[in-house]
Amino acid sequence: MKVYRPKSDLGFFAGLILLGGFYLLMISALLLSLTLRGVFRPGEMLGFLSSPPIRYALALSLGSSALTAVLSVIFAVPIGYFMSRFHFRGKAVVDAILDVPIVLPPMVVGLGLLLFFMTPMGQVIEQHVQVTNAIPSVVLAQLTVAAAFAVRMMRSVFERVDPRLEQVALTLGCSRGQAFFQVILPEVAPGMLAAWSLSWARAIGEFGPVLLFAGATRFRTEVLPSTIYLELAIGNLNGALAVSLLMVLVSLVVLILIRAGGGMGAAVG
Amino acid sequence: MMALEHIVLQQGAFRLEEINLEIPSGEYAVLMGKTGCGKTTLLELFCGLRKAISGRVLLRGEDVTHLPPGARRIGYVPQDHVLFPRMSVAEQLGFAPRIQGWNAKDIKERVQELAERLGIAHLLERRPHFLSGGESQRVALGRALAVRPSILCLDEPLSALDEDTHEDVMHLLKSLQHSENLTLFHITHSRSEAERLATLRLELRDGQITSLETTDAD
Repeated sequence: MKVYRPKSDLGFFAGLILLGGFYLLMISALLLSLTLRGVFRPGEMLGFLSSPPIRYALALSLGSSALTAVLSVIFAVPIGYFMSRFHFRGKAVVDAILDVPIVLPPMVVGLGLLLFFMTPMGQVIEQHVQVTNAIPSVVLAQLTVAAAFAVRMMRSVFERVDPRLEQVALTLGCSRGQAFFQVILPEVAPGMLAAWSLSWARAIGEFGPVLLFAGATRFRTEVLPSTIYLELAIGNLNGALAVSLLMVLVSLVVLILIRAGGGMGAAVG
Repeated sequence: MMALEHIVLQQGAFRLEEINLEIPSGEYAVLMGKTGCGKTTLLELFCGLRKAISGRVLLRGEDVTHLPPGARRIGYVPQDHVLFPRMSVAEQLGFAPRIQGWNAKDIKERVQELAERLGIAHLLERRPHFLSGGESQRVALGRALAVRPSILCLDEPLSALDEDTHEDVMHLLKSLQHSENLTLFHITHSRSEAERLATLRLELRDGQITSLETTDAD
């Protein structure tokens, strides 16, 4: 009788390596082309980066994206929990609305915010807090998009938590709130860190809505992506390159730190 | 005493009609039935984890139909034990007493007492991930019994255990029934398990509790 032998795995692994390798190569080439041009002009790069407007844009980018990420998680935890645990009429509609910022072109989000603050309700808010053409507008523009990603991530994190944990906690005397804070929240803590980092990454690179809604006023609402755009617009390629390299560096450092802390991996593991 | 009176409940396409059941105090009741026949649904009804369309749930003679799970003073051990993944064994055992406001000294004493009674005193610092099936079953039992409920509901407590552990846990359940003065409601699809443990055997078939018989299991 002929002995059966499974087919070789060579083709399978070759396919994996080829496709994965191509993408990895593409990113590496992108990073390399930015870096190579930059490293030959260190003085010029550092000089540009140490100028006060760029230092302000860096501080605003880091501060606003960190705040946006915190706010995103604050919104994402209750929404993600509710959407993962409860079924109600119209859930599909709510679900679609929550995903709108993910699928909409970023410029449309910015335009929407701009138009909202022209409405009577927007004007009332403006009378109490100055949003447009100020730092809150940067955070709001980033938040509108970044929070949608955090919501999606927290929802999938909550869906992975066994609902029976909560049921057991209820039979042991917990209220719904106690069960959530004592049992469920510790379970999703790594997921919250991952949602924070995802929102942060999204927020620091946000350009369209920020430019359209907050503008790019120096020492006011200019963030690093706006700087790249403005420098390119006036033909200063080296200036745009210096800021791009700075963003690559900052993003890499933050993402590596978060991964080292187990954020992303634990959330999906 | 635990009882269901004229219970009607629905879960999607699945429906149970006019369920009546009475388990006197101190009995070890085992409800048998095929997978998917609604056993767990009835157990969850007792625990307050599921609502009926109509009918009443009675525990210790009191109508608890509208009481939340935590107010029913009932111990619940779900299938697969469902231990809290990030808590040590000591924290699991002390969870209900802590939530219900016991002082630290009483919690510590109760945790120690339960751990010794269940033979898990050497595991108090371990996390669930590092426990065997039999060990996590004992922890789940301890967690459910920590605030001394008089009723214990067990959802397929022996199904995931190997043969030796199966035997140990069966003895443990019988001895806990006496030492903790418990009324037990245990669901299973195993007829032999029911024959070994039950003082009251029940069967759920075609949406009705169809047979009741009393034995002298001990």
